[in-house]
Amino acid sequence: MNAGRNPQLGPDGRLVHLLTLEGLPAATILSILDAAEPFASFGEREVKKVPLLRGKAVFNLFFENSTRTRTTFEIAAKRLSADVINLNIGASSTSKGETLLDTIDNLVAMNADMFVVRHSQSGAPHLIASHLLATGRSHVHVVNAGDGRHAHPTQGLLDLYTIRHYKRDFRALSVAVVGDVLHSRVARSLIHGLATLGTPDVRVIGPRTLIPARVEGMGVRVFHDMRAGLADCDVIVMLRLQNERMKGALLPSAGEYFKHYGLTDGKLALAKSDAIVMHPGPMNRGIEIDSPVADGERSVILPQVTFGIAVRMAVMSMVAGN
Amino acid sequence: MSADPPGVHLPDAERALETLASSLLTGVAHDAAFVGIYSGGAWLAERLGKLVPGEHPVGFIDVSFYRDDYASRGLKTGARRSDLPFDVAGATIVLIDDVLYTGRSTRAAINELFDFGRPRAIELAVLVDRGGRELPIEPDYVGVRVACARSLSIVLSRDAAGRLSLGAEPAGGG
Repeated sequence: MNAGRNPQLGPDGRLVHLLTLEGLPAATILSILDAAEPFASFGEREVKKVPLLRGKAVFNLFFENSTRTRTTFEIAAKRLSADVINLNIGASSTSKGETLLDTIDNLVAMNADMFVVRHSQSGAPHLIASHLLATGRSHVHVVNAGDGRHAHPTQGLLDLYTIRHYKRDFRALSVAVVGDVLHSRVARSLIHGLATLGTPDVRVIGPRTLIPARVEGMGVRVFHDMRAGLADCDVIVMLRLQNERMKGALLPSAGEYFKHYGLTDGKLALAKSDAIVMHPGPMNRGIEIDSPVADGERSVILPQVTFGIAVRMAVMSMVAGN
Repeated sequence: MSADPPGVHLPDAERALETLASSLLTGVAHDAAFVGIYSGGAWLAERLGKLVPGEHPVGFIDVSFYRDDYASRGLKTGARRSDLPFDVAGATIVLIDDVLYTGRSTRAAINELFDFGRPRAIELAVLVDRGGRELPIEPDYVGVRVACARSLSIVLSRDAAGRLSLGAEPAGGG
């Protein structure tokens, strides 16, 4: 049943789940970015919330730890007046042997309206959405908050929102994504989104061990020399180097990594003079990014955090209403 | 002028605006803020801010997030940022809309205003009152009253020169 249909879109083409940016039409991506625009100005209000999701129950299902992403989803849901329930799944049912879909069925029986799902297995949010559809509960929505190495679509969207905010037109940009692309669902989601929106020049920069094989198939150019890769680009997206991977055979040492792939003022000077610097956080100062750059005037790392709340509000209010 | 569609006689929007302006002139506080509901009400607020003497800060409000049909229709596309460049707390506010019908947009706008602060008073000015209220809401200032078939929506348009006109289209679009 429903074979071939993009499971994120309802029969009328409206967004009902957000699972990945891959295969999402440009018009849908742009409508999410547009919908986020009014949510970005909430600081002016005495009451920093709107009643859109009043009475809706949003379940944060984090099978993998992430305080930051979980918190931003929680803030976004609360600003939409939803009731938010945080489940620390690692410490509860699954460790007692319950399957993922049994957990979902139980929570639907508690009248859940939306699941925000983070899982170490690629495809888990997709599995949940397909299960809900197959069992006739399409009024329950799923938002992917990061699955394995696959996708982190709200991070991709907030990166796109940030790029559009500062640079306006995707069709005239050079964007460099630097670092551990291999393990990064953030990079994957952003690259898909940039391609869909017609960005002509996307580059990935990193050591051979951290760039996935056949990444050129995603329409990007690969650089192992950071200086060459940064030349004349408009946007630099630094990825977090996951410390746990430093111990493996992928990298010699943090110091060595910083020397070649850390963003310093010297390397930043090779990009365009108005290039912006982004980072999904949490950042490792002195490993992938130098403090003067992170705190410098070209850094838009903190605005990214603010935009992230607005983008998540937009996604939740769109899927819940469709 | 194009002919009226069946079911409604459409008055001239510019003349209705003059009537509305003169009725505000006699009744409104000299420092009342004019807040237009996007998009038609916003055009009117801009015009009235210039037409009506006094100190009238002009603001705009988008009620998309406060509508009562979100559950059945979903999020309205093209929502704008509400922009109220004055302190809502303690302000006298004239809420301005193009067409008053069920009163549901007005209800949504009042709710939203209170999320910015506690106004001293809120009044309601509309270009067209077509009756058909579903909530206990009445306008304080009216440009023109129109009888209209339920199957039609009355819409305000603005041309490149800024001139306003009224049209009708089948109801149900939002």
